Amino acid sequence: MIEVLFFARLREQLGTAREQLEAAPELLDVGSVIEKLRGRCGVWEEVFGDGQTVLMAVNQQVANLTTPVKDGDEVAFFPQVTGG
Amino acid sequence: MNTIQIQKEPFDITAIQEQLRSDNPAIGAVVTFIGQMRDMNEGDQVSNMTLEHYPGMTEKALQVILDEADRRWALMGIRVVHRVGELQPLDPIVIVAVASAHRGEAFQACEFVIDYLKTRAPFWKKERTPEGERWVDARHADAAAEQRWGKGR
Repeated sequence: MIEVLFFARLREQLGTAREQLEAAPELLDVGSVIEKLRGRCGVWEEVFGDGQTVLMAVNQQVANLTTPVKDGDEVAFFPQVTGG
Repeated sequence: MNTIQIQKEPFDITAIQEQLRSDNPAIGAVVTFIGQMRDMNEGDQVSNMTLEHYPGMTEKALQVILDEADRRWALMGIRVVHRVGELQPLDPIVIVAVASAHRGEAFQACEFVIDYLKTRAPFWKKERTPEGERWVDARHADAAAEQRWGKGR
């Protein structure tokens, strides 16, 4: 399983904080996870659509579209940070 | 020794500085930054805010920042405490306290840590205004503040 987490504005827009995706050969990197989520259309396509700034992390480290993903990983998506 | 704390409860500014200051007689300077909640943002009155974070990643991201500060300057301890949850105007949000032998290193490292925290640590603010709730947008000024530190020396 791949644990997928959503934070802040993304969590609210998508109406969920986390979900599990079955690991699969086609889910080889963060970009392919996004493709899968985007394929659900509706709000998913909006949130992960072109021109949207979405930051990503794999196992709690900043990642990008080509960061590899494997079974057991934690993948997170969130907006630009605004702490401090 | 550096410490990082993420907590819902208020923190004791004096106690944090005092503990850091008295840690080592070689310390000659302590510089503290305190970020507190304003009652105004983007021209609107803000009555309160909620701070969300990514448990686990936030601590790791902060650890990377403190390690980088230690790499760049000769420091004798850093304390970072950041609040999450509900906050009111005037509430301290974050404290960054840095100790070193001389003030130069402490001033620079303190500013470096807060600049990096603002753009790299996964925290998000949601504020309540008379028009309703809204997520705070990232500021370009924060990205610019981070960039002036360059890639390291």
